[in-house]
Amino acid sequence: MNKRFTRILATSITAAALIGSLGACGKGSASATSEGANEITLWTHNAGNPEELAAIEGIVDSYNKSSDAKAKIKVQAFPQESYNDSVVSAAAAGKLPCIVDIDGPNVPNWAWAKYLTPLKLSTDLSTHLPSTVAEWEGETYAVGYYDVALAMLARASDLKAAGVRVATVEQPWTKDEFQDALTKLKGLNKWDYPLDMGTAGSGEWLPYGYSPLLQSFGADLINRDGFQTADGVLNGDKAVEWARWFRGLAEQGFMATKSGKDSTQDFLNNKSGVLYTGSWAADKARAALGDDLVVMPTVDLGNGPKIGGASWQWGVTEGCANPDAAMDYLSYSLKPENLAAVAKATGTIPATDEAAALIPAFAEGGANRIFMDFSRQYAVMRPETPAYPFIATEYGKAVQDVLAGADPQTALDKAVKAIDANIKSNGGYKN
Amino acid sequence: MLVRILFAAVAAFPIVFMLVSSLKPDTQIFGDMSSVAAFLPVGNISFDNYAAVFDRVPAARFLVNSIGISAVTVVLGIFINSLCAFALSRMEVRGKRVVFTVILATLIVPFQTLALPLVWWVNQLPYFELNGFSLEISKGWLDTYQVQIIPFIANAFSIYLYHQYFESIPKELDEAARIDGAGWFKIYRQVVMPLAGPATATVAILTFLPAWNSYLWPLMVVQSEELRPVMIGIQYFFQLNVSWGEVMAYASLITVPVVVLFIAFQRSFINSIASSGVKG
Amino acid sequence: MTTSPLATRPRPAATTPAPLPSAPHRRRAGFLREQISGWGMIAPAALLLLLFVFLPAVLGFGLAFTNARLISPRPVEFVGTDNFARLFADPTFWRALLNVTYFAVVVVPVQSALALAMALLINKKFRGVNFFRTVYFLPVVTSMVVVSLLWLFMYRKDGLINELLSTFSFGLIQGADWLNDPATAMPAIIALSIWQAAGFHMIIWLAGLQSISGELYEAAQLDGASRWHQFRYVTWPGLKHTRSLVLVTITIQALGLFDQVSVMTQGGPLDSTTTIIYEAVRSGFKQQETSYASAISLVFFVLVLLISAVQRYLTREKD
Repeated sequence: MNKRFTRILATSITAAALIGSLGACGKGSASATSEGANEITLWTHNAGNPEELAAIEGIVDSYNKSSDAKAKIKVQAFPQESYNDSVVSAAAAGKLPCIVDIDGPNVPNWAWAKYLTPLKLSTDLSTHLPSTVAEWEGETYAVGYYDVALAMLARASDLKAAGVRVATVEQPWTKDEFQDALTKLKGLNKWDYPLDMGTAGSGEWLPYGYSPLLQSFGADLINRDGFQTADGVLNGDKAVEWARWFRGLAEQGFMATKSGKDSTQDFLNNKSGVLYTGSWAADKARAALGDDLVVMPTVDLGNGPKIGGASWQWGVTEGCANPDAAMDYLSYSLKPENLAAVAKATGTIPATDEAAALIPAFAEGGANRIFMDFSRQYAVMRPETPAYPFIATEYGKAVQDVLAGADPQTALDKAVKAIDANIKSNGGYKN
Repeated sequence: MLVRILFAAVAAFPIVFMLVSSLKPDTQIFGDMSSVAAFLPVGNISFDNYAAVFDRVPAARFLVNSIGISAVTVVLGIFINSLCAFALSRMEVRGKRVVFTVILATLIVPFQTLALPLVWWVNQLPYFELNGFSLEISKGWLDTYQVQIIPFIANAFSIYLYHQYFESIPKELDEAARIDGAGWFKIYRQVVMPLAGPATATVAILTFLPAWNSYLWPLMVVQSEELRPVMIGIQYFFQLNVSWGEVMAYASLITVPVVVLFIAFQRSFINSIASSGVKG
Repeated sequence: MTTSPLATRPRPAATTPAPLPSAPHRRRAGFLREQISGWGMIAPAALLLLLFVFLPAVLGFGLAFTNARLISPRPVEFVGTDNFARLFADPTFWRALLNVTYFAVVVVPVQSALALAMALLINKKFRGVNFFRTVYFLPVVTSMVVVSLLWLFMYRKDGLINELLSTFSFGLIQGADWLNDPATAMPAIIALSIWQAAGFHMIIWLAGLQSISGELYEAAQLDGASRWHQFRYVTWPGLKHTRSLVLVTITIQALGLFDQVSVMTQGGPLDSTTTIIYEAVRSGFKQQETSYASAISLVFFVLVLLISAVQRYLTREKD
């Protein structure tokens, strides 16, 4: 009865041989140890997004081919959801690449952790959309090629049937108008819920999508004067008002406390009338609805419409073997044609007007130009403090608790207490 | 029998949903969800999603990686863990109670606690590379195959399972073999292990699964695309605009090897009532 | 021969084999060899576990006494029991503990019983048994992404679960909004978890059932024992070893609930589904408070260790 054992042994030897041949030279190609002064690695978050990845690789290729390239750039793509964790692990092991892209609001946190080094670029950043340049303590640490904008999407036919005015940039909906519109739309009895704000979301969507509403009420995530405390700002009267209003939308039956997993799909399948989402969904919606699609600014809840700002941005890491080459590459990549290539591929708002001029949809009069206007006029950066990741999780939890029916003051007080304690325990997050 | 069928229906419906949805375009998946059509291949069916999967993700590579990594982990694990369990259960080894208890204790440690210290630690370990004729020693196991395999070969769960199973095999068999002059390893190999077919099948299946599903660890230690396993691959589909049909197609693809393995191994669960554990 | 309860299989007592005439010499000589062989067999597994589980675990737990953070330029300092003080004063932690206890108390008996029932159903030889075995195992291999998408949808107020409830109760029972109501969220997660993991333990039970000698069943049948008697006097005692394995592993898995909560409810609504491990992962990975997460993990470890120890004591072999 030796057979089984021999079989197992044989299988394991074959398998080991298979693995051995697969991993012929052992380490993977993206290891930072293969970096030298002449070849530097670039990590990006868009694995699985072939268009964006192709655009980035296009820029890298043309840089590598150019005669005054200071080093050869190698690209390694990671899937977006897990990208941050991969970078943090690599940092814990001391093996970061030279160039990384970072989700905007995390830049101060990584700069404070000394992952990033201040940028020294040969491009003038003043013409860029302000939300695409990340600064902390007076230094610029990252710069983005594009931004995205939040908006309200709806069908023109539905709005007409309900007798609701189409909101415009010059005249966005006020809080009362929004209430009125929702009541009328609900009266159409076409959907279970006329409004879909993506309440099934989690993670970064919660602060990104909902803190602008908080800010439109006049409250904020943290006192931006010094970034030391959130007291009075996140749990003040205006904040509680916002929480009551938000929960009120669900209580009145306008929106679900937990939407479907893909709000855009639900909207396109006529399960809702008004969709609160970002410019990334616009092309898909337009393809499905054509001229019936109407893109509107978000609601003015008292202090003007506010939307989130800052998307993925590029920085150079502290331990880079050849920072000059890295900076040189970044400057090169900020040329209008390169910016345009990326923005076009991703359907996002290009960072400069010159780049926008090269893209029909974003040039003056283009179908998506309106998102650029939203960004310039309404964008508020999520707080530029290293405390942001903590603030984001606490705020996210507060939002979910408020939606589930918790007392707003209590939920917000709890968040503020935790945030203040965290800031204190980190010495105020000073440089 | 009816009960069996009912259980089967309850167990299988999400997989049916997954397989059927992998053939549908995104909008239809969500449209069908509110009716029984979610489980039926109706409407706009095609294999487009599968084609798109291979365009977006190097799925074949990921599958090969995962199969290789999981297979090696399981095979080496069966050997090493059963050996340990054998000694702990059937031999009079000084201190075996303590060792067994400590091993069981490791079952309790959640992986998330281990993850970060382990990342730091594997990076301190030396790495041998054959470069031409010289043996190069460098530091750190990050971004390799072995970092995805070696930490997971020894497995308290397998040891525990083998231990309990060995306890139910009569010890007289060992005595008989000892009298015939057999050494302990021979007893292990020729007497006990052949009787442990069901245990081996169980361990194979139940350790292949976590190895196959491993997500947190590869995320932290694997950086190059060519070394990634399948679960990292599924993340490729979750960016701002999720393509659900492709997710379903990919999920279907990665379920296949596990099911195949299960079918192959569960044959070891002998069917006949006349199964006897006592005959040598 | 009456069918007296068979506590063990019909074989001679296996505890201490009577020494053979020349045994004393052999035993002494073999004793050392046995120690060496034994340790040699234990060594590979033990070494690997030591290096890759024990060591990082000690490091990890050690961090609980510091103020280490995931990302920080500040040096790590020793802070003693500060993290624990903070932990025990945090109502969310106690809620998590309550939730996990509730979960375990329901899941451990229900899931093990269900898994045993399923194993018994597929332990016979009949046409198509392989098909049923595979199908029963499917929930375990179905990707969590697919499971969560479907079950999130099914648990809605207008979803499948409520429709079925209403149909089978002729409109009497109106289902709740399962995942959004703090009172029903945990039961919903419990149902989902049992559904998903029963197949896992079914396999373990099946292996245990396989180890019961067929001769015992034959003997019992010859004596005219009913199916129930066969189960009670042949099967159940024969599963003694499997029983404690299943019990301990289900308990550890139940107390360590994380995946379903993370994907379906993120601990909500209002902390009604948060678990100890979920809080640990949230603090450690999302909020970057590594030392606090380590404190939670250490408390979890000690807790589960105690519970498992008690379990093993209660189910120990009473010779």
